Order: sequence, then structure tokens, then C-alpha cells
Amino acid sequence: MTPQRFVEAEPTSEVMALQMGPSHPASHGTVKFNLRLDGETIIDVDVEIGYLHRGFEKMCEQGTWNHVFPYADRLNYASPLLNNVGFALAVEKLAGLTAPERAQYIRVIGGEISRITDHLTCLGMAANELGAISAGFYMLEAREFLYDLVEAICGARLTVTYCRLGGVMTDLPADMTERTRVALKHVRDILGDCDRLLSRNRIFVDRMVGIGKLPSADAVSWGLTGPLLRATGVPYDVRKAEPYLVYDRMDFEIPTGTTGDNYDRFMVRFAEMEQSMRIIDQALAQLPPGPILADDPRFVLPPKEQVYTTIEGLMNHFKLVMEGQKVPAGEVYVATEGGNGELGFYLVSDGSGRPYRVRVRPPCFYGMAALGDMLRGHMIADIITTFGQINMIGGECDH
Amino acid sequence: MAVSDPAAVHAVLRSHFGDAIGDLAGTRPDNAGTTVAPSAIVEVCRFLKTETGLAFDCLSNLSGVDYPKRNIIEVVYHLYSYRYRHLFVLKVEAPRDNPAVSSVAGVWSAAEWQEREVFDLLGVTFEGHPDLRRILMPEDWPGHPLRKDFVEPEEYHGISTSRESLLKT
Repeated sequence: MTPQRFVEAEPTSEVMALQMGPSHPASHGTVKFNLRLDGETIIDVDVEIGYLHRGFEKMCEQGTWNHVFPYADRLNYASPLLNNVGFALAVEKLAGLTAPERAQYIRVIGGEISRITDHLTCLGMAANELGAISAGFYMLEAREFLYDLVEAICGARLTVTYCRLGGVMTDLPADMTERTRVALKHVRDILGDCDRLLSRNRIFVDRMVGIGKLPSADAVSWGLTGPLLRATGVPYDVRKAEPYLVYDRMDFEIPTGTTGDNYDRFMVRFAEMEQSMRIIDQALAQLPPGPILADDPRFVLPPKEQVYTTIEGLMNHFKLVMEGQKVPAGEVYVATEGGNGELGFYLVSDGSGRPYRVRVRPPCFYGMAALGDMLRGHMIADIITTFGQINMIGGECDH
Repeated sequence: MAVSDPAAVHAVLRSHFGDAIGDLAGTRPDNAGTTVAPSAIVEVCRFLKTETGLAFDCLSNLSGVDYPKRNIIEVVYHLYSYRYRHLFVLKVEAPRDNPAVSSVAGVWSAAEWQEREVFDLLGVTFEGHPDLRRILMPEDWPGHPLRKDFVEPEEYHGISTSRESLLKT
């Protein structure tokens, strides 16, 4: 549907209406831009999303709390572990449940690995779209090393479903420290190459600097978070502002930009990857021994040997699977730092085994809302770089 | 001077807006808030955003919940202050048969798309919204899916919305 302001605009011979998308080779993700152009300059743009709407929130109401984890994977499929962790933390807060310390460290490690894969996806594509195809593929290669780690942790690269209420599915492999050391060495080497290829590259810099700028006051008003907000100079990171899991024990910095243009967004993401690797190193060094699931029969499935050998274990298992975890009635809003910014879950429980309402606050949804403001006055070609830096992930944005 | 305690925020609102503000609800900082009369929501939001010591400059989350038993739809606002790092929840109750709430898109730009989403999925009309259209569902979709009594249509433009089980013989 055409927005009212387009209908009311004075018809002139100079203005061209152009529809870009929904399936455009340079827009990774299905999205449509309804443009009003003066030559190649954008006068106004209406961003149309929703092509990947799968009714996430409605589906969540139809299963048990545990059934939501696979759906949560598929929100932001560039960093599924972070979505898993965010949802688990929200339900645990509602249930008054705390995961054991080892599980919290494992969630931090998995989450930070996912944050790097998320940033690599975004930056690799950004480089690729500006013609730096080698740098783009280098970053995808780096991502492979990290996907291998994710696979070693939980057996899947993308559809991880790794978190459970009160902990995680399985323990880390015994050689996790060694595997991670090797993988991160490769990633650091590749990122060094990419930095030399891109950060001072004339073509890249010309296409990124000063494009898609948004002042910090506007960024706050649009609800931008994550790299988009930090690029404007606001040092807000949920991991520091409201520490969750064991982030308060980690030593890391929050990279910020100054101008809030695409180049700053790129550099903030780039610097964050190094910080994430620092967190992974520290978390692995501090990793305590102990259980990986809370001992709470109201929410956590009993071990399989108990299910098969004792009547109590069997009944407990049956009730949890058939009726779901009885999360106490109430509501909660929990925000975590996702790859693209503040990933929030607003949950309402009525005390039955099924969620009454699950609302996800997808960070890139807010970036897409602000895209019109970022693009006005720029050229058509700038849509691609700006859209790329928002890192719109269809599954998350359209939920 | 920051007013970071939810009870203190509530007291400030009560003294300014009187009966338009309901009782303080919620026990933890992440769900403490209050109900607001539908007519007062824009003024309350503007006050919370601009008043020194409150400075709720970010609308983190705007969503809606359908309660058929109470015959209302609740529009929920999660506000956050970057300056003072505190959270406060506002709720507006609208009747289910014709829910209409004033738009806060003039206070925070972030409300613009989120209100479109609540309009799309729950059928709440936001008065004064600059551009209220469906955002996620197709524009000719019947009904509002997140309502508890929503019945999924059997087909959409001749496309079946269900599929026979592969296990049936």
C-alpha cells in the first residue's frame, strides 16, 4: 500500500517513482524500497518489510516454553546462540531459576562466538557489495572456523537449539580450549588481512564515509541499539549497562564511533570482534567445573537413566513433556545484547505450561524503521551500503 | 537528581497527573510500572521523556497483549533511560471491540513502526499516527492474528494454509 505522504505529494515531471525489490540481487534479505527519486538522488523512501513474517509470536503461544527454543534459533540466523541465550534468560527470570555457573560461562562463550559470526556476515557482505569480493570471502572463511566450533559444541551449525531452561543441552567438548585457540588464531589472522584490505582502501572509504549518517539524538529516538547506536558515540551496551550471566567478570571495552556514518558502523563492528575474542579467551580460562543444568525438577528434564529406571523420573519427564514447564504467572522484560543490538523478550505467563504471550524486540526492526531518515538526500547506490550496515536479518526483523 | 526507584517515579507521575495514573504494579525493576488512562498517555510519555531526573529517552519496546476474559487489549510501553539506566512500564487498557489509543510517535520516532505492528497484529488504532498501515501481514489479510480468538483462514488467494499429514494413508 502506498503511504499517504506519497499520494499527497505534488506530481512533478522531475520525480520518478521506482520500486526496488522485494527480490533484488544486492539486498540480502527480502525487502522492498518504494523510492521517489530526483535523478539518482533519493527524495523519499518507504521501506516495506514483512516478506519473511512467519508468525513467530503466534507460534510461541501454541507450544510449551521448551518449544520456543527452535523458533528462537531462526530469528537471527546469523547468531542463533545469542537468541537462544536471550530467550532462556527471560524465562528463567520469570521462573526464578538460575543456571549453574558453568552453564553461564558456556552461554557466554557460545554467545560471543555467535556475535563474531554475526558481525562477519554483516561485514563480509558489506565488503562484497562494494566490489571487495576477496575480503568478503576471507570473512566467510573466518566464519567457517567459528561455525566448526559451534558444531563441536552442539552438533549443528545454525539450528542449534542449545539452551534449555536452567542451563545448556550438553557440555563443551573436552578439547574445547585447544580447538578455540586454533580457530581464533585463524580468525585473527584473517581479520588482520581484511583490515589491511579495507580500512584504508580508497574506494571503500569513499563509499562509506559520511553516508547514512544519523545524529545520536535521532538514533536514540528511533530506538537504535548495538553497533548502530555506538557508532554515533553513545557507549551503550547491555553487557556493561545491565550485566547478565558472568559479563561483569570479563574485561572488555565498548568500541564507539563519532559521526554515526556507515564507516563508523563498520569499524565499531570490526573492533567488537576483537573484544568478543578477548571475552572468549577469559571465559575459557575461568571456566569452572560443575553441572551444566540446574537441579530443579519443576523445569529441568531428569537424566535419561532416571527416566528409564525409576517411576519418579518417568512421571517427571512425562509431565514436563506433555504439560510443559509451569512457569509462575507474571510478566517480565529481559534485554540482552544481540549481534545487532538490544534483543529483548517480553513474556507474559498465566501459570499454565504454555506462554500466554511472547513478544520479541528485534534490534534490526528499529534500524529498518530509521532507514528512511538515513537515506534521504543520498544516492540510490548508497542504499546498499546503508542497508548492509543495518544488517537486516529477515527472520529477526519480520519475526 | 535521578528518580530511579519505580515507586518514586510512580509518585512523581501521581502528583502530576492524579487519577489518570493507576496503582503501582510489579515487584521487580524489570516489570514495575503502572496503568495510564488512554486520554493521558501522550502527555505522560512526553513528561517522562523530558522531565529532569526521569529522562526516559528510549522507548525500548511497545507491544500489545489480548485479554479476552477481561475484554481488553493492553498496550504495553517499556521505557528506558540511557542517562540514569532505569526502566519503567506503562500500560494502557483499551476495550476489545474498538480499541483506540493516542499515538506516541511524536514523542519517540521508534513508536512509529511498533504501533503499526500492534495495529497489524492486534487491531489497535493509534490516533494521530502519521502513517498507520499494516506492516508484517499482507494488506488484505482478514483479522488480526495475535488476538486470542483469531481463526486462521483455510486459504489465502487460493493457497491452502494447511497441508495434509504425510503419515496418513
